[in-house]
Amino acid sequence: MLFGGGLVVKVSGLTLARPGVKNIVLVEGVRTPFLLSGTTYANLMPHDLARAALQGLLNKTSLPKDAVDYIIYGIVIQEVKTSNVAREAALGAGFSDKIPAHTVTMACISSNQAMTSAVGLIAAGQCDAVVAGGAEFMSDVPIRHSRKMRKTMLALNRAKTLGQKLSLIGSIRMSHLSPELPAVAEFSTAETMGHSADRLAAAFGVSRLEQDEFALRSHTLAKKAQDDGLLEDVITFKVPGRDIVSKDNGIRPSSMEQMAKLKPAFVKPHGTVTAANSSFLTDGASAVLIMSEEKALAMGYKPKAYLRDFVYVSQDPKDQLLLGPTYSTPKVLERAGLSMSDIDVFEFHEAFAGQIMANLKAMDSDWFGQTYMGRKAKVGTPPMDKFNLWGGSLSLGHPFGATGCRLVTTVAHRLKKEGGQYGLVAACAAGGQGHAMVIEAYPQ
Amino acid sequence: MPGNTHPYEPVFLYSQYILDIDQECYHYVYLDLPRTLIDMVSRTHVSYEVKDDVAVVRMNDPNSKVNTISIQMQNEMTEVMNELWANDAVKSAVLISSKPGCFIAGADINMIQACSSAEEVTKLSQEGQKMFELVEKSPKPIVAAINGSCLGGGLEFAIACQYRIATKSKKTVLGTPEVMLGLLPGAGGTQRLPKMVGLPNAFDMMLTGRNIRADKAKKMGLVHHLVDPLGPGLKSPEQRTMDYLEEVAIQFAKGIVDKKIPLQKDKGMMQKIQDYVMSFEFVRNQIYKTVHGKVMKQSKGLYPAPLKIIECVKTGVEQGPTAGYLAESQNFGQLAMTAESSALIGLYHGQVACKKNRFGSPAKEVKTLAILGAGLMGAGIAQVTVDKGVRTILKDTTVQGLARGEEQVYKGLNDKTKKKSITSFERDSILSNLCGQLDYKGFEKVDMVIEAVFEDIKIKHAVLKEVEAVVSPHCIFASNTSALPIKDIAAASKRPDKVIGMHYFSPVDKMQLLEIITTDQTSKDTTASAVAVGLKQGKVIIVVGDGPGFYTTRCLAPVLVEAVRVLQEGADPKKLDSLTTSFGFPVGAATLVDEVGIDVAVHVAEDLGKAFGSRFGGGNVDVLKTMVELGFKGRKSGKGWYVYEPGRKIKEVNPEIGEILENYRMKANPAVSSDSDVQYRLISRFVNEAVLCLQEGILNGPLEGDIGAVFGLGFPPCLGGPFRFLDSFGADKLVAKMQQFEAVYGNQFSPCQLLLDHAKDSSKKFHK
Repeated sequence: MLFGGGLVVKVSGLTLARPGVKNIVLVEGVRTPFLLSGTTYANLMPHDLARAALQGLLNKTSLPKDAVDYIIYGIVIQEVKTSNVAREAALGAGFSDKIPAHTVTMACISSNQAMTSAVGLIAAGQCDAVVAGGAEFMSDVPIRHSRKMRKTMLALNRAKTLGQKLSLIGSIRMSHLSPELPAVAEFSTAETMGHSADRLAAAFGVSRLEQDEFALRSHTLAKKAQDDGLLEDVITFKVPGRDIVSKDNGIRPSSMEQMAKLKPAFVKPHGTVTAANSSFLTDGASAVLIMSEEKALAMGYKPKAYLRDFVYVSQDPKDQLLLGPTYSTPKVLERAGLSMSDIDVFEFHEAFAGQIMANLKAMDSDWFGQTYMGRKAKVGTPPMDKFNLWGGSLSLGHPFGATGCRLVTTVAHRLKKEGGQYGLVAACAAGGQGHAMVIEAYPQ
Repeated sequence: MPGNTHPYEPVFLYSQYILDIDQECYHYVYLDLPRTLIDMVSRTHVSYEVKDDVAVVRMNDPNSKVNTISIQMQNEMTEVMNELWANDAVKSAVLISSKPGCFIAGADINMIQACSSAEEVTKLSQEGQKMFELVEKSPKPIVAAINGSCLGGGLEFAIACQYRIATKSKKTVLGTPEVMLGLLPGAGGTQRLPKMVGLPNAFDMMLTGRNIRADKAKKMGLVHHLVDPLGPGLKSPEQRTMDYLEEVAIQFAKGIVDKKIPLQKDKGMMQKIQDYVMSFEFVRNQIYKTVHGKVMKQSKGLYPAPLKIIECVKTGVEQGPTAGYLAESQNFGQLAMTAESSALIGLYHGQVACKKNRFGSPAKEVKTLAILGAGLMGAGIAQVTVDKGVRTILKDTTVQGLARGEEQVYKGLNDKTKKKSITSFERDSILSNLCGQLDYKGFEKVDMVIEAVFEDIKIKHAVLKEVEAVVSPHCIFASNTSALPIKDIAAASKRPDKVIGMHYFSPVDKMQLLEIITTDQTSKDTTASAVAVGLKQGKVIIVVGDGPGFYTTRCLAPVLVEAVRVLQEGADPKKLDSLTTSFGFPVGAATLVDEVGIDVAVHVAEDLGKAFGSRFGGGNVDVLKTMVELGFKGRKSGKGWYVYEPGRKIKEVNPEIGEILENYRMKANPAVSSDSDVQYRLISRFVNEAVLCLQEGILNGPLEGDIGAVFGLGFPPCLGGPFRFLDSFGADKLVAKMQQFEAVYGNQFSPCQLLLDHAKDSSKKFHK
């Protein structure tokens, strides 16, 4: 702690800086505009989006191309040609080819994992500066031949004689030709996420009306933030062969009447989760620059925030698939020694309006806290006037691998704008996992 | 090598009692006439509240874990229905249970058994029919909201309603199990089901009595809509799922009234084609004929219920509902009076009794079980243990043996995955409970060891000593032997109070019986623990005393030697098989020996022959020994009495058998060699040995004797077991036959004292 101790400036007499623990800071965070899949990005590849975010970060920070020690990216649906998308993107984004890069995957918290991996590398003294990010490209997903067909084709590769080849070709039947489509479904339970969200909402008695109201709130707040120019992490991107994009295109504040007309998308006909109260399939990428505080200051940067305690949680992937925030929030607060009332800014990932409402109800229930979390009482709920005030995944969009960085950057920006000290990020992810992180404002 | 066994597939539908006995859920429903003038008493079984304009009718029997339609329940239901029909504020109704695991399981079988004439039972049926007719014609739509078992009369009630919604819970099963009790669905089931699900499906349901899961029921058209079970929320998953089912059912009830939800689904192309095809009388006749043929082939005409079911369906479809309902109620009354029905109902009661632990709760629950020997038996035991969440060590001495055993467990579970009863994830997670190994690592944490090694007392002693050297003091040692006396095995033990016999039947995952053998030294807690493990494994359990062959093997051995004698006297294996199956055995005697293994049969015959002397004589064991020498060890070696080739369905008699039999040819005595004589020679030796087991105190009672014989050895279920058979056939008649055989063959056919006592006094019955 050569510099660390002296650099901590107390904002309100409290800080999470601890002796012997390195201060790690968020220097900058950017993202491409998040677009509905199948729109302007349709002809790209995943690494193109990641590349755009990385270039945007380089531009915004004027970072020398060899100044970082490592690059980590998160992604969920992998393009098989670019399975280490971090490396492919970095090579094409103007970073030095001497910087190693790897890709992580943890469903919707993949870029959270990229960031916390970076924090780990820095805390362990292995690196001083790391770029973390995430990308998702839903306009194109790998659709595979059936297993039968793949088996036949691989055997065909090995077949030596024409006779063998012909007999293999002759063995192909109609059933070989049906393709395998990827689904946003749990491998362990084969249940699609929307279906699980609908059941979760029903389990907590979340009504359709509550969900539509929350979705409308998200779109309304996002629209306002966009109009007010608050979404300053969004970079401008000239899409090859297409226009320049500079705005998210999924923000559509509608009306309760319009939303009420939609039919349930998953549980028919009595379900409550609809296209309008779910996050939509999105293309997009994000990137953040994370450094040790001394490195950032030494390079002349003014950090945006401290990245403090974080936790990962996991639970039953069938019936508690999307309850990550309920479990991770109290855990990270306890770790940081904070209470809910210490938090000024909440950014929760909005997978489904029903999922957010279910989490809020779970956090507000003594019975749930006692029965399923081993607590004495309920977790308590975040006040709505501090909650996702600039929109969320429902309105801004949710490129699975990229959302985590957006949440963290948004907390940093909101802390600055709203003048608070502590922010909390929480998210759920497929596999019944969850994540939360405490972010502390950097002294002005 | 596995322990010796009686491996055969239960091929005959009556031997597959798939009822969920844990819930004691099958009871036949009869409903009394709607009586409008019932004294107004406060209702305890049926209640309702009106939500908006939907009446939610809740059933909850306060005295039972399951809803059964008692007189109380039906009176209250009638009363409530009449109130709803009269109430203008009610436009529709939802019928739901307050018990999460059970919609309606039916009414008590005892109600039918309490009747003394067919006419009385017919009247019950007609009253039920009338009640459901009123429900069917209800001017206000009734939505049945089903979670848990919906069986027998419960299903008949549900299908009389206008709409059915069911949860996708694993506990939700629909079915008409009446046939397994020798009855038929007597409250309109035979008339409504064919219309609802088509002739083939209706026959399948009613003739097999099998449980149908919710998703299948939806595909068949038995229910209209499915609801997913919910996980934890602000209430327990079970309670919240019930509330949710009710909420959804109310929505649907309103939707039906508003004509937003059609009661009839648009028929798909396949359905239209099927309906068209079915409109031809000759097609329907063909179906009746085929089904009739199948039933005759499987039941050998020994079971009247399936034939009556076909008759009722046919009458309803061809001659209209009036004739159909009449046929249903009359046939129902007649069936209730048959010996077959009492036999099957007796087995049902026996099964319920044998699913309870009369030894109380063991001091320590078995959480880790070790099995020695990964053969057919060992692996089978492992399979039924791992899926109950018990950590299971499967130990063998060779890598090949272990690999084969582990593959057997995997295959057993994977077949369930293919049938979609478990997911591939559940399969993998279940398999994580299995630990295959070649050494005794980790045995210090084992609570019970079941050995399934080769049937040789020296090997048994060796493994017993090895095990006792490594396990902790509380660990129980169970032997899966089928003939070696447990006290002989326990002789090598330092703690004989912890030694017990657990005799499984092969294939373990299909055969329901477990025979537990206790010695004088076995402690009560050890027995309680063994029974608890067996119950967890889903077994029907009989606990018997120690002795050579215990109960089941001891009954089987004389039948085996008698079968050999019959063959030596000139019958060919096919003839022998047909004589035994036509008597009601699910598997013919020759086939059974092939399945058991000729070598195993030699062991059993010789061991028990030594123990019991000339009474266990009959055919010459050398016939079997010669076969073993020639490599004819039964199915497992490809040849036995028959030739077994993979992929070949029709078995041919092993051509080389003729010569062996010729060498050991015995002259048949025409006085005792008619088809019927041969059948009674086989059955009487079985029955006499069973009675002797009771006389000697090996058996705890006739009920366990019947259950053991039917579920372990395939004793004809229509006869209800050796003891019930004696009660209905007459001990005196059997003794007379035995004495006729005794005159020719000697003491092998001497009736035991207890049998003679019953023969002398016809008022003496084994079953009350």
